[in-house]
Order: sequence, then C-alpha cells, then structure tokens
Amino acid sequence: MSRGAFLDELRTGLWRENPGLVQLLGLCPLLAVTTSFVNGLSLGVATLAVLTASNALVSATRHWLRPEIRIPIYVLIIASLVTCVELVFKAWFPTLDRTLGIFIPLIVTNCAIVARAEVFASRHGVLRSIADGLGMGAGFALLLAGLGLLREFIGNGSLFARLDLLVGGDASDGLTLFDGGWLLALLPPGAFFALALAVAGKNELDRRRHDPRRAKAARPLRRRNTGIAGRT
Amino acid sequence: MSDVAKSTVTLGLIAAVCTALVATTWHLTRERIAANQEAMLEQSLEPALAGLFFDGKVSGSRLVIPPPHGLPGRDPVVVYRVYRQGEPVAALFAVTAPDGYAGPIRVLIGVSFDGGITGVRILEHRETPGLGDRIEHDRSDWVEQFVGAAIGTPPLAAWRLKRDGGEFDQLTGASVTPRAVLGAIRGTLTWYGEHRDEVFTEGDRHAGQDDTEVDRHGDVDDVDSQR
Repeated sequence: MSRGAFLDELRTGLWRENPGLVQLLGLCPLLAVTTSFVNGLSLGVATLAVLTASNALVSATRHWLRPEIRIPIYVLIIASLVTCVELVFKAWFPTLDRTLGIFIPLIVTNCAIVARAEVFASRHGVLRSIADGLGMGAGFALLLAGLGLLREFIGNGSLFARLDLLVGGDASDGLTLFDGGWLLALLPPGAFFALALAVAGKNELDRRRHDPRRAKAARPLRRRNTGIAGRT
Repeated sequence: MSDVAKSTVTLGLIAAVCTALVATTWHLTRERIAANQEAMLEQSLEPALAGLFFDGKVSGSRLVIPPPHGLPGRDPVVVYRVYRQGEPVAALFAVTAPDGYAGPIRVLIGVSFDGGITGVRILEHRETPGLGDRIEHDRSDWVEQFVGAAIGTPPLAAWRLKRDGGEFDQLTGASVTPRAVLGAIRGTLTWYGEHRDEVFTEGDRHAGQDDTEVDRHGDVDDVDSQR
C-alpha cells in the first residue's frame, strides 16, 4: 500500500467521512463525556486504540469469516479489546477510569467500531484497515477533544483543566479564563448544541471549498452525508 | 467438514485467541490495579475519620474478616483499627453493599469506639451517573447526614429512608442506591455493637504479612465479579 493511499485513508476518517461529524455514529459517548478536554481526549484515544486494533484483527481474519458468524466474531473481538483497554486504564490512569466510569466499557457499543469492521475491515487488507482505523479513530478523538474543549471553556471558563490525569505531573486546573461559566454548556443540551455547531461548521467549510461563488449566496445547505441506516 | 462444523471451529479458535488476549492483559495489569485500589483506599480512609485524633498509619492496623461474617456482603471485609496512644478510638469498615442498582457498592464506614458514625465514603460503585452516583461525597453531601448517627440515635426502626418511613434523606430519582448504602451502614453498626471487643483484640492473629495476600485476593475477586 502506497504512502498516498495511506494518507488518503487517514484524510477520509479525519474529515471526509468523519464518524462523528458526517456519519453521526457513536453519539452516546460523544455527548456524554465531552464535558472537558481531558475527558473527551481520553475517551477518544481509547476509542482510537480499540478501533485500530479491531480493524486489524477483523481484517486479518476476514478470509475465515463466514457471513453467518461474522457478527458474533466482531462482538467477540471488540469486547475483548475493550476489556483490555479498560484494564489498562485501571492500571495506569485510575483517576480517569473513575471519571469516565461506565463509558470505557461502553466503547463496546460504539457503533462506529462495528460499522468499520463490517463495511471496511472485512473487505480490505490489514494495512489499509489499520489506516482506516487510525483515520476514523483520530477523527472521532479530535472531535471529542474539540467538543470537550469548547464545552469546558463555555461551561467552566477553563482550558485543559486536570490534564495531569492523562499526562501525569502535578494536579493542575489548567488555564482559568473566567469564573463560573454557562452551566448549560456542560449539561446534555450543551452537548447537542456543540455538536450541531461542529457539524454546521464542517458543512460550511466544505461548501466554501467546493464552490466559492455559491457560498456567498445564502443557499440552503445541500445534505451531503448519507450516513448509515439503522444507527444506534 | 460441514459448514456448521467449520463455523464452530472458527468461532472457537477466535474465542480462544480473544480469551488469551484478555488473560494476558489482566495478568500484566493485575498488580498495578490492586496497588491502585489500595492507594485509593488509603486516600479515602482519612475523610471517614473526620474530627478524630489518632496516631500511626491507619492502614497498618488492617484486619481481614473472611466470610461468613454477618456483615453486609459476601466478600471479605477489611477493617482498619484506629488508635490514639494505644487506646482504640475508631474502626473503619470496608464493606460491600450487595444490592446496589448496578451491582455491588463498596462502602467505607468509620465507626467511633462507642458506636457512632465518624464518616462514610463510597469506594467503588457502578450506579447511574447523575442519579445514583450522588452517593459519592464529591457529587453531593448525602453521606454527610450519617455522621454522628448510631444505633439508638435514631432508634434501629428509624434506620430507613424517609420514603420507607425512616429518618434518613433519600436521593431524588434513585431509591435502590441509597437504600443499599443505608442497609450496609445499618448492618455494619449492628454487627459492631455485638462484636466490638473482637474487632480490637482478637484481630491480631489475622494481622501481619499474610493478610495482605488474603485482602488482595478479596479485592481482585471483587473486581472480577463485576465484569
């Protein structure tokens, strides 16, 4: 697999087919944990690890996968990987594990992962599947971190608070820009607003890039993403 | 081979590989995880002793009571004895409330020598975020209401949630969770009332090097049973 193709897979996951922004998959953790930058980034990185490893394993076993047992096998692989990630969190990031709580084991239900196994990894080679996992995972992780950053800033007036949970070092409150903040941003509605802003922002950027003249005339957005039916 | 047999073998092989993967990870992380839980326990011991003066390291006076013990839960109960100048002043119980909404809840209960609560902290739980997790001291002061309470103040019959006709506040939106914690506290106090002298004298035969092993197994089993 060439370097260009590898980068192209990465770009697809990061932007063109971003699991959160375009496919709108995995919204449950996305909305629930993005109350701060460190929470969003941590769960994003955990998801990235599971997604990449599950893509690699599914792709490596794809020739033996008979259609009727493929779903149980995806479930088996993903569940094992998530358990491993959870143990790693418990061992090396115990405080984060307590903060993220149930959402680490719940990575298993992130439909972005089983979707990539089904539509990509079971049909492509190991390297391409790893590239796809990295791209999709990084796209998801960056979105989580970005939403966390935005909501933490608006809701709490701080940036990067408690980053020490992830990278070690002394407890830090990050940059406190103002006190208080707008609580709504930290509550579930704030998550929807932040996600809506992110999706709208991406669509607007895409539109300008594809057709600069039309972007000036305020035309309704064409619905570009088709998504995947039956998402959970 | 028939199709069914092929599928079965494939599924079995992949299951074996996955099991090996999890087992290896577990093996590599178990000691760190046990140490983390221990550290977290020690960190959370202090707040349950609010207002008490004591000397020495609390976690050095550990006593492990294996089941069946009559205390809440079926796991071994870890007790820390707290002394001041050789005199017992309190005992800390790490018990398991088996009847939480989403599995067992590990609760640390501080009991002064004469049977009053010195503090309560939640060590581990899987209760609903936003509802049941307000039993955590960081999220609400619900556990504070128990400080100073004892069997008799209020009377045993009133050791229930207000909703159940007792004297203790519940949590809005969660009733199973506070009921489980309250039950664990009541059970511990009742047991302590009957076994106080054993806690402070008889325990020495369990103390020492060996009990670390017992306790670690207890903790690991505990974590396991929640999978």
